[in-house]
Amino acid sequence: MEKKRYERPTLRKMNTGLMNKFGTKTENQPVTHIESVSVKGLMQKFGSPLFVLSERQIRRNFRNANRIFTTRYPKVQFAWSYKTNYLDAVCRIYHQEGSWAEVVSGFEYEKALKNGVPGNQIIFNGPDKSDEQLLIAARNNSLIHIDHYDELYTLIRLSEEHQLKPQVAIRVNMDTGIYPKWDRFGFNFENGQAWNALTRILNSNHLELVGLHCHIGTFMLSPSAYATAARNLCELAWSIKERFGKMVNYIDLGGGFPSTNTLKGAYLPGTDTVPSLDQFADAITDVILGYGFRPDELPTLILESGRALVDDAGYLLGTVLATKRLSDGRRATVLDFGINSLFTSFWYDHKVSPAQEPGQQTEETVLYGPLCMNIDVVRESIVMPLLEKGNQVVVHQVGAYNMTQWMQFITLRPAIVMIDEKNTTHVIRQSETMEYIDSLENVPTHLT
Amino acid sequence: MRIRKNIAVSDEGFLFNPTTGDSFSTNGTGALILHLLKQDKSVAEITETLCENFDADRILVERDLEEFTSLLKEYSLLD
Ligand SMILES: Cc1ncc(COP(=O)(O)O)c(C=O)c1O
Repeated sequence: MEKKRYERPTLRKMNTGLMNKFGTKTENQPVTHIESVSVKGLMQKFGSPLFVLSERQIRRNFRNANRIFTTRYPKVQFAWSYKTNYLDAVCRIYHQEGSWAEVVSGFEYEKALKNGVPGNQIIFNGPDKSDEQLLIAARNNSLIHIDHYDELYTLIRLSEEHQLKPQVAIRVNMDTGIYPKWDRFGFNFENGQAWNALTRILNSNHLELVGLHCHIGTFMLSPSAYATAARNLCELAWSIKERFGKMVNYIDLGGGFPSTNTLKGAYLPGTDTVPSLDQFADAITDVILGYGFRPDELPTLILESGRALVDDAGYLLGTVLATKRLSDGRRATVLDFGINSLFTSFWYDHKVSPAQEPGQQTEETVLYGPLCMNIDVVRESIVMPLLEKGNQVVVHQVGAYNMTQWMQFITLRPAIVMIDEKNTTHVIRQSETMEYIDSLENVPTHLT
Repeated sequence: MRIRKNIAVSDEGFLFNPTTGDSFSTNGTGALILHLLKQDKSVAEITETLCENFDADRILVERDLEEFTSLLKEYSLLD
């Protein structure tokens, strides 16, 4: 007689605790393939854990967003937010699709140049630009977005000294009804600081004002906040036109559109609560088109969307190391990746699917990472099929911020592969090795 | 080790503890273990039965059984 498949015995108390908030059906559908490439095969070949990116999904996201905005507004330009995911392979896909680059450091700036982005298609944001970097950006005709007065005066001085006339914009912060206000970046709109900075620029012979920028926050759930932001920038553009007879080339509304991830503490999954990109596009373009600019002077609308364009193109595959029961009776599952690789588990209740056909039974479990740290929790509570050591899991929507904010902590960072549009797999970043880590260290001779 | 006499176990794996009013659900493996416990089988005998019936590693079965019985104890389902 053939033996039956073994399933660990479970015992669940029925009448206590919160009902599981979300249906578990979709979470428990096994994900055995990504873009028709076997999950099991991927881990066999490239190890576990493993980040996987879908080139097809990246392009699909970009084209979709581009279509949504260009069908509503005549001049739209996306600029890829490097910090969201600056793997060269990823950046190059966006550049191929027509994206400029949006960078916030000398390091990112250099990466954009190396990825073949023309200088005048690089937007240089952020509060940290050295004199040297400012000069390089100015000479390359990049779009320098000034963050504070110190930078403004530094740039005026450098431009005078070196006989340059860099193209600049200012970053504007404002109250869009969103809490917390991101007022630490840029010049404030309401108290007149932004206008003062603009006046200073327009009165300088050494700076060329080309645009206005803001980035009101990230994972924004309110299209009306963008309408406010667009209106405020239009108001500044209008005032500049009136007082100085000059129309800015562009209005840059930054990034911040949400992905469909589920924020921690949210009652409903992101797929049910997040406004669509169409709603954001309507809010923004209605304001700009309705503001009163002549058709020939309409500013280009620049968007620096990050997470909305890449989150769902990334997956993290991993393996169950152990299962145990905690002292309070809860089930715990220990995975071979934790917050070191999956930084966004601080923000999101990531969807995690089994990678193999599950049994009938499900149970609530904590998902822990492998680090010897109490904070290493991937999910505080999730209903999963019964998992055993060696089972594999797929974490969804990890394309944004993880592959840049991950930590080399306790273990080495895993490899990243990309599945191209023909379903061929490419290693786009190797897993780290001891040699790589060692190459940066020096031991003083008295310790050798 | 014995399941308390007044605890009802249905074939589908539902348990009801009339003393506390708590009810529980278990899966096939759990129901089989409860059934064997009701028949006064020892842990060793139950392990044997499970290994005979299922395609499972003995060490794993022993560990799971220990966990399962400690849960039963915690929920006051054992004598
Ligand atoms: C200036 C700027 N632009 C764009 C982005 C991308 O934001 P998101 O990923 O929310 O679209 C950020 C992220 O913080 C940013 O600081």
